[in-house]
Amino acid sequence: MKVVNQPLRKKDAMQLVTGQPVYVDDVTPRDCLCVKLLRSPHANAIVKSINKTAAMKVPGMEAIFTWEDVDQDGRRYTQAGQTYPEASPYDRLVIDRHVRFVGDVVAILAGADEKCVDKAMKLVKVEYEVLEPVLDFHTAKDNPVLVHPEDNWESLAPVGADNRRNLCAHDECGNGDIDAVLADCDVVIDRVYHTQACQQAMMETFRTYCEIDTYGRLHIISSTQIVFHTRRIVANALHIPKSKVRVTKPRIGGGFGAKQTAVSAVYPAFVTWMTKKPSKIIFSRVESQIASSPRHEMEMHVRLGANKDGIVRGIDLHTLSNTGAYGEHGPTTVGLSGHKSIPLYGKAEAFRFTSDVVYTNHMSAGAYRGYGATQGLFAVESAVNELANILGMDPFKIREMNITHEGEIMPAYYGQLNTSCALDRCLARVHDMIDWDNKYPCRDMGNGKIRAVGMGMAMQGSGITSMDVGSATLKVNDEGFYTLLIGAADMGTGCDTTLAQIAAEVLECPLDNITTLSADTDWSPYDSGSYASSTIYVTGKATEKCALELRGKICALGAKLLGCDKEQVSFDGREVRVEEGENAGKTISLSDIATASMNGNSIELQATVTHSSEISPPPYMVGAAEIEVDTETGEVTLLDYAAAVDCGTPINPNLTRVQAEGGIAQGIGMTLTESVTYDDRGYPMENSLFQYKIPARVDIGKIRVEFENSYEGEGPFGAKSIGEVVINTPLPAISDAIRNAVGKRFYELPITPEKIAMAALEKK
Amino acid sequence: MLTIREYKKVESLEEAYTLNQKKSNRVIGGMIWLKMETLNVGTAIDLSGLGLDTIEETETEFRIGAMASLRALELHEGLAAYTNGAMRESVRHIVGVQLRNLATVGGSLYSRFGFSDVLTMFLVLDAQVELYKGGIVPLSEYAERPKDRDILVRIIVPKKNAKFNYQSVRISQTDIPVLTCASVKDENGYRFAIGARPARAQIYAQPVDKTAEQMAEAVRAEIKTGSSLRGSAEYRRHLAGVLVRRAAHALDAE
Amino acid sequence: MLITMTLNGKKVADDVAADTLLIDFVRNHGCLSVKRGCETANCGLCTVFMDEKPVLSCSVLAARASGHTITTLEGLQGEAAEFGAFIADQGAEQCGFCNPGFMMNAIALFREKQDPTDEEIKEYLAGNLCRCSGYEGQLRGIRAYLDWKKQREEDAQ
Repeated sequence: MKVVNQPLRKKDAMQLVTGQPVYVDDVTPRDCLCVKLLRSPHANAIVKSINKTAAMKVPGMEAIFTWEDVDQDGRRYTQAGQTYPEASPYDRLVIDRHVRFVGDVVAILAGADEKCVDKAMKLVKVEYEVLEPVLDFHTAKDNPVLVHPEDNWESLAPVGADNRRNLCAHDECGNGDIDAVLADCDVVIDRVYHTQACQQAMMETFRTYCEIDTYGRLHIISSTQIVFHTRRIVANALHIPKSKVRVTKPRIGGGFGAKQTAVSAVYPAFVTWMTKKPSKIIFSRVESQIASSPRHEMEMHVRLGANKDGIVRGIDLHTLSNTGAYGEHGPTTVGLSGHKSIPLYGKAEAFRFTSDVVYTNHMSAGAYRGYGATQGLFAVESAVNELANILGMDPFKIREMNITHEGEIMPAYYGQLNTSCALDRCLARVHDMIDWDNKYPCRDMGNGKIRAVGMGMAMQGSGITSMDVGSATLKVNDEGFYTLLIGAADMGTGCDTTLAQIAAEVLECPLDNITTLSADTDWSPYDSGSYASSTIYVTGKATEKCALELRGKICALGAKLLGCDKEQVSFDGREVRVEEGENAGKTISLSDIATASMNGNSIELQATVTHSSEISPPPYMVGAAEIEVDTETGEVTLLDYAAAVDCGTPINPNLTRVQAEGGIAQGIGMTLTESVTYDDRGYPMENSLFQYKIPARVDIGKIRVEFENSYEGEGPFGAKSIGEVVINTPLPAISDAIRNAVGKRFYELPITPEKIAMAALEKK
Repeated sequence: MLTIREYKKVESLEEAYTLNQKKSNRVIGGMIWLKMETLNVGTAIDLSGLGLDTIEETETEFRIGAMASLRALELHEGLAAYTNGAMRESVRHIVGVQLRNLATVGGSLYSRFGFSDVLTMFLVLDAQVELYKGGIVPLSEYAERPKDRDILVRIIVPKKNAKFNYQSVRISQTDIPVLTCASVKDENGYRFAIGARPARAQIYAQPVDKTAEQMAEAVRAEIKTGSSLRGSAEYRRHLAGVLVRRAAHALDAE
Repeated sequence: MLITMTLNGKKVADDVAADTLLIDFVRNHGCLSVKRGCETANCGLCTVFMDEKPVLSCSVLAARASGHTITTLEGLQGEAAEFGAFIADQGAEQCGFCNPGFMMNAIALFREKQDPTDEEIKEYLAGNLCRCSGYEGQLRGIRAYLDWKKQREEDAQ
């Protein structure tokens, strides 16, 4: 392969490293209305009265919208970027009289500049009827306090939701007689694991600009992963026709799933639609921390049974998930906690997976890289590590004995076939990389310092089975350069480049011959958007098929110009050549074909292909951490993180590697420092990057990633996904290393120095 | 949110002092913390034109201008040599070079934040602060005073025959500390300044004849700690013992 | 109030409010590379040079910068392209939003230390957060750039 599997520079790389103005706030006008949101100081309250008279007197103020401007009996909507009919309930109004978390929207203010809006904000007088909040997700189900008591709450999909029980979703599934199998096991690990809410904390906060375009339509320029879903979400929220909405994304300053929810778009859209004036909202970091779309807090009860020989015979998992005040991604994230952890253990005779997703008066959760799999894998992998300890077995050995293999059916993975899998090779590779046998379980370095290792495995999916849609349009331009139009969203991940690499490989041209444009609901071919690890696998396959179809058209026009049938010609990327018949050997260059296509031609040199997949081949990964624990202070220093990934064929090895390294760093943060917590009134505590500590470069030690590629026949050039699987292994690996250092296993994240030090002290 | 109505780059300490007598006016140091406050400032008083950003070293003392940056403290070779590297250790974790180029020693000491590494460090240096009207006062006394409207001009660190050490525990490397411990050993014995309790740093003196373990136990028993987002009172008390013992060992080592 | 400063080599004069921050001033004067990632001086995205020293422009009053020399990445395009190419060759720029602040502080590091160790690099750049890359690619890019520079100097001798 000449272009695919090559470590090529991203198409936008030099623009980005030289700081060119390419993001929402750079490419949209400064002299538009500044939009800000007045947010609730209460976790659960009804707005009794709201007085905006004084605020509107501030010079420059354009409008203040409150619940009185929104039909409270109108149809509700969800901000979740999902295929319609969404699994997430329709439980939001643009402004609801009933505010359900600290930070919920009470009023939308729009004015000439930030100063006047800030001033006006202080002058809006609101009287609340404060209600008792539901703050503990353990007591949410069937709590007498209902987060959504309203009659116009609506669930569109059969996910077991019931607002009268604070239930956003409920599910049960299984295979085999799990109770009988567990009763027959020599050992059953029976533990409860708790993972916290975490913020994606992408460097560019949520932001959206809106204007009325030439045709009187609402043009939304937003930092989003989901242009098409945003069109539907905004139309639903404003109760306006979808034909009136256009959504465009420029460069995005990071997403990680946060921008798979339309967190910011609805508010300036409302302002611009009402005032017909351009407007912009830029979330502060505080807003991005307290009113956004963090990872779902989950509690997982695992019962994992095995025989003395180490064979895992059954896994019973119950997950309780906290969706917060609104149900964005609630019903779907929870499923991955079981369906993307249990299938790793291919010898199991039975499984059961049950789940409840509950409403509370926390901020709404959302999609964050890993999407429930991260949580479930922490639980199941930690349980297997504990099993290894109990049986006195090596954690790598026990995996080697149990893992799923290529060609096997995975009952807990929706019964799908394991079509491509190098998990065994990943295990062997990481085992060597970390020098496991010499380091496991720990070494006392003296002075209270202990070095230890720990490991974990992970899987994810590649797109949502039989749901995600990817499309590509390719066309030939003057002199034979190509344009690739996509609806997928490059959020730094590099898909504008990697999809072009796929097209260039098929079209046998240099990468620079292809210009990528994305994404715009008016001119991009339909794409569900960049989430669920779908872009390379689903949109990438569409791109491959599209490029093949375009080759056919190039050949057809070339043949016509050469006076022969298209079956008689070949195309090598530069010219069409007659291979047989009387004109054999005659050629015409792509450039000449392109020129001819613009003169008296009726064969379109353009193709659009749409693709969806009936399977979602999992990428796999193994990670191992070496840490040094100061047993007296509890401080953990990460020395080395070794990982091996099976993502099928890496389309761009550089970008694949950086995805893995970045995901691991986020996993490290989730394991050791990052957490979203609330005080007893429901106030979020970590409301800034000062209080919410994402890893700095001095916190992560050394991260080393290698690849063990399988070949996925359904993917483009054998590729599977990479973006999400990479965040999952640090949680079980580091927590296992901590256990190996101090002799105590932690079932709750993050594992802070205090927890470790106090545990070590207790042990003494 | 911080709003400022007027800005004045003063030309003399007298001008700064006069302006600072008005309650709504504020002296700006590095403006790192001030900017995060919700505050309406009448006149922002900028001392950056008064040449107070220097560190002078003489035979007997260091004279550090109130506007000297934390980065200047970090890089100053004389301070590094005198404090056995403790000065650098006390500031190097503070967020990043760009922040330390702005944050000032005067701002840090005036603010008297509980989590202040700088205050912890200067307490064991027996530093004195020079106030425009109030004259020279020991830092230990100044730190206990309520904030007043005098102008902090410089910090004077006397040179003594002493050895220093600095330690801190942080949840992540660039976070504010869970606990700080600056220490000194001289002919009078040991003194440990412990900050981020989470309240302001305080000094705990110990005689020369105690062992590290005994001193750790004594400080552990004496120290008042509290709970915050970063740690419980109990954990902090435990850490105080650990850091004191380690500091004592480090100070005793050749 | 009227302020004047040298911004990327050009004298700029403007009337600003007393509480205008330098980050907003430079963005209003066309330096859109300068980004805001937080309000608490933690992220490093807004790094500019004030008289050759890297500072957080979110925490400097435009008024205080009056009379000083301010440099943003717009004023260092040559260096940005030369060094940035090595970051691009790792794919470490990713979303790019933290890049300008990172480039600025890395350039400051190169000017201060000719031959930094990995530990020195990490410590100098500790105040530049990046959520995409996990930092390893940035470190590889820096090492490759420093090696290239060293080689170039050796070749010149």
